[in-house]
Amino acid sequence: MKKQHIVIISGLFLVLLFVLGGYIYKTQQTKKLGFLAQEQAELFVRKHSPTLGSDEAKVFLVEFMDPACETCSAFYPFVKKLMADHPEKIKLVLRYAPFHDGADYFVRILEAAKKQGKYWETLEIMYQAQPYWASHHNPQPELVWHFLPRVGLDLERLRNDMNDPEIDRIIAQDIADAKTLNVTKTPGFFVNGKPLVTFGDVQLQQLLEAEVAAQYPR
Amino acid sequence: MIHSDNTSNAHWTILFMCWLVAAISTLGSLFFSEIMQFAPCILCWYQRIFLFPLVFIFTTGLFSCDKSVVRYAFPLAASGWLVALYHNLLYSGIIPEKLQPCTKGVSCTEEYINLFGFLSIPMLSLLSFSAILALLFILNRRFSR
Repeated sequence: MKKQHIVIISGLFLVLLFVLGGYIYKTQQTKKLGFLAQEQAELFVRKHSPTLGSDEAKVFLVEFMDPACETCSAFYPFVKKLMADHPEKIKLVLRYAPFHDGADYFVRILEAAKKQGKYWETLEIMYQAQPYWASHHNPQPELVWHFLPRVGLDLERLRNDMNDPEIDRIIAQDIADAKTLNVTKTPGFFVNGKPLVTFGDVQLQQLLEAEVAAQYPR
Repeated sequence: MIHSDNTSNAHWTILFMCWLVAAISTLGSLFFSEIMQFAPCILCWYQRIFLFPLVFIFTTGLFSCDKSVVRYAFPLAASGWLVALYHNLLYSGIIPEKLQPCTKGVSCTEEYINLFGFLSIPMLSLLSFSAILALLFILNRRFSR
């Protein structure tokens, strides 16, 4: 065998090993998470977690999100559309993974808005206004306050509620669960405990629809 | 003729081993970051900067049977080795972490894996760079003989 061939074949072999190893690792990881979903459902859905959708829904879409994350914001309308396509069947559960610097400030606003029953309205406004307050070169968290009055929030009360130590506990718990579930990027999606292995809107739709089909056989 | 063919074969094999170590380390490092999703810390990035090009330099050397490959590879391997050494000293606590700059982002002393009680990721890196350096030294001595 020519020497050059040895190099090429060894290279191909190593790359193959890499791909195979990656496949095996991901399969095992998915199995492990499926097991966690059965044994420790609270890792995915905590009592404090905000949820959207019917209480009868059998498909739980858990999203680890960061209010300052552009992709989370871009995915939100898509997630809403997926939920509308399968009415009463999907329940969205939001978990916090505030990886951006200073993102917990916005988690505090959201949690304080929850006390006024305006959680989802606030989230939508926050996402819409994100380009203004979350510029990477020049983040200006204070700018979000220009947009919050549109939701009809009592801002005085909101500022007080933001300092509730309970919110610290919620954030700490969510970050700990994100770590256990190996969520390192946002948004991190799980459908009934199954992780979105390769990221993308089509992949999310497939994962969700497969689970809807499994839970609601015709 | 036969003798010189044998020595050049031996040289090629040593260089091939260099390539193998560099290629396995590169893919291993990519496996940790891309598949297992371990975020590389700043020191890991510096080691990667010195490691990844070695694969290409060794590949070129293997194809062209060029002796100067040692000269080109040595600065990269030596620099990588130094960063790896520093990282290990930091990791094992011999140098206190607060004296170095990578406290923001991923901590350089975060333990991701621990095989057989001593093989951490920085240790794997140090072993790879040491192996490459040793092989380059052998190659260099054989060439200058």
